[in-house]
Amino acid sequence: MSAPGASVARLRIRRQAPGEASRVDEFEVPFEAGLSLLDGLLWVRQNRDASLAIRYSCINANACKECVLRLDGKVVYACTARLREGPMTVEPLAGKRLIRDLVTDIVPPGEQL
Amino acid sequence: MTAPERRHLETDVLVIGAGGAGMYAAIAAARRGARVLLVDRSLVGRSGATVMAQMTVAVALGHAGPDDPEAHLADTLAAGRGLCDATLAEILCCEAPARILEMDDWGVGWARDGDRLRQAMAPGHATARCVYVDFLSTGPAVSRTLRTRLHRHDAIRRVSDLRVTDLVTHDGRAIGAVARHLPTGDSVSIAAKATVIATGGLTRLYRRNSASANMGGDGYALALRAGAELVDMEFVQFFPIGHLAPRLIGMDPIMWDPFRYKLGGRLTNSEGREVTELYGVAEDGKYVATRDVATYAILKEVAAGRGSPHGGAYLSLEHVPDAELRAAFGPVIDRLAANGIDLTRMPVEVSPIAHYHMGGIAVDAEMQSGVEGLYAAGEAIGGPSGANRLSGNAITEALVFGERAGRFAADRAAAAALDWNQAAAELPMTRLVGNGAKGTGAANPAALIAELQGLMDRDVGALRGGDGLGRGLDRIRELRAELPSLRPAANGAFDPALADWFDLDDMTLVAEAVATAALAREESLGAHQREDYPLTDAAAPTRLRLRLADGGLELAREAA
Repeated sequence: MSAPGASVARLRIRRQAPGEASRVDEFEVPFEAGLSLLDGLLWVRQNRDASLAIRYSCINANACKECVLRLDGKVVYACTARLREGPMTVEPLAGKRLIRDLVTDIVPPGEQL
Repeated sequence: MTAPERRHLETDVLVIGAGGAGMYAAIAAARRGARVLLVDRSLVGRSGATVMAQMTVAVALGHAGPDDPEAHLADTLAAGRGLCDATLAEILCCEAPARILEMDDWGVGWARDGDRLRQAMAPGHATARCVYVDFLSTGPAVSRTLRTRLHRHDAIRRVSDLRVTDLVTHDGRAIGAVARHLPTGDSVSIAAKATVIATGGLTRLYRRNSASANMGGDGYALALRAGAELVDMEFVQFFPIGHLAPRLIGMDPIMWDPFRYKLGGRLTNSEGREVTELYGVAEDGKYVATRDVATYAILKEVAAGRGSPHGGAYLSLEHVPDAELRAAFGPVIDRLAANGIDLTRMPVEVSPIAHYHMGGIAVDAEMQSGVEGLYAAGEAIGGPSGANRLSGNAITEALVFGERAGRFAADRAAAAALDWNQAAAELPMTRLVGNGAKGTGAANPAALIAELQGLMDRDVGALRGGDGLGRGLDRIRELRAELPSLRPAANGAFDPALADWFDLDDMTLVAEAVATAALAREESLGAHQREDYPLTDAAAPTRLRLRLADGGLELAREAA
């Protein structure tokens, strides 16, 4: 855990697995300037909970558009949204079918199995 | 939760990976009359490397001055340090004009003056040879054009979020694949008369890299397990001026490449001296040093204690007037300002990051691997670039080799019957569904991937030595041996831990291939620089090939 007083981002993440009830998990992520929200979510997967479902591909170039989600109610790309100190509410897109956690069905109609 | 289902698909040509090479392969196969199934583990046309390419595509059109494919070939062979597969390199340079002009017909929007395409100078080229759409978004334009073109062919079925985990072979022939449908967790088998691997490279093996997160070398692992050979696996191209500091968000780490193309800039050590000049290539504010030379120069200066504070070199554009910076890169200058960077007042720090893989699946001139019916294209193949790829050749090879692989795969499919064999699919299907694996839950697969990446950066990076390679190889093998017992229990729809486990299983195999070849090549050549063997072997160049035999990698040498 972070030392007392150390700078942290508090990610409040809306999660739901198929067939389960929706819940909010909170994770403290060490904060540094110049980190993205995606960096924070990847830190959570590597250090706290690998079962957190997110999707991303290009990491930081805003080329793939896969990491689209809601931050504090606004639609953002996780790779271009800044991580901040303090609480951040992270939720899946509202208008798309939820698959798991922050992953919604963004596959175009012509590319479904 | 609904139980995972099993589904079965049939096609003439299966194309795995929908970046530049895979999309072109699908189009070429369809116009040859084949039914095509084009699958991607992420979104079709949005992932992989092509969509992230910023600028240059090398092609000898002669629109900016005298040029011909022979001259392009000479530069390609020189950059490859004598190790290129000359047949593949010649095909690349000779067929490039047809592909680039076809893309022009399809409306990609190459920058032009009237009837002539603009061609820019790039390091390693004897003449201005690189076409581009604009300085920052050539790759997205190429991807968009191919994606749109796919829609014209009813014979192409596209499927996103389908992760192929193994190929299926029978009597030495590739007969299809098995895959996990990520959004549902369903198992899918695919019968195909011919299969094309277009999964790109292995940059994700390294922590600092410049490509999409889904490029972890899947295709190399698929090919090895199917019995195909890999070649030149020790040659990983590092992009010398990857962004290092100050930290930036929302910017591609290879963003400084177009700045250098357009404005030159100075690459200096902590004493203010141009680093490439110290290693024999005077740039004098221009952009001429090849990638292997610049990478070596930066890393040697850092090792000598003359690096920047974060362990790289300085890239300075301070001498370029603000108006000129804005004219060239206006919107980017604003994004930099939002990150607290003013290029007129400060240098940035850059250092080499994993960018591209020269090695890959060994193929013949028809892009067929050693396994009948298994083809490969783009970064997934080895050979055309030898020990170091010439800048600008990556998109060119995606287009040229993608077209060929699709065409020859379609011709094979036209002459063959579907010969699916359920018994042959048994073993790959068992690995896919896991046979009731419970997993210990003790290991975090995302953390293990991060550990592997750190190991590759440290021990199997751009500058390597026998001690580090040996140590790295031991740990990679240990990890590979542990993996079966660490498999997480399947957890249905979009299960990230299981996805990481499959990736790690492939990544450790491919990492072992890179480290094994790097340890075996006891010389320095192109992108492979050994601290313990700094000189190039004076004997005739040797090529290293790898195959999988009884679960272990077997190395063979051949004259290049």
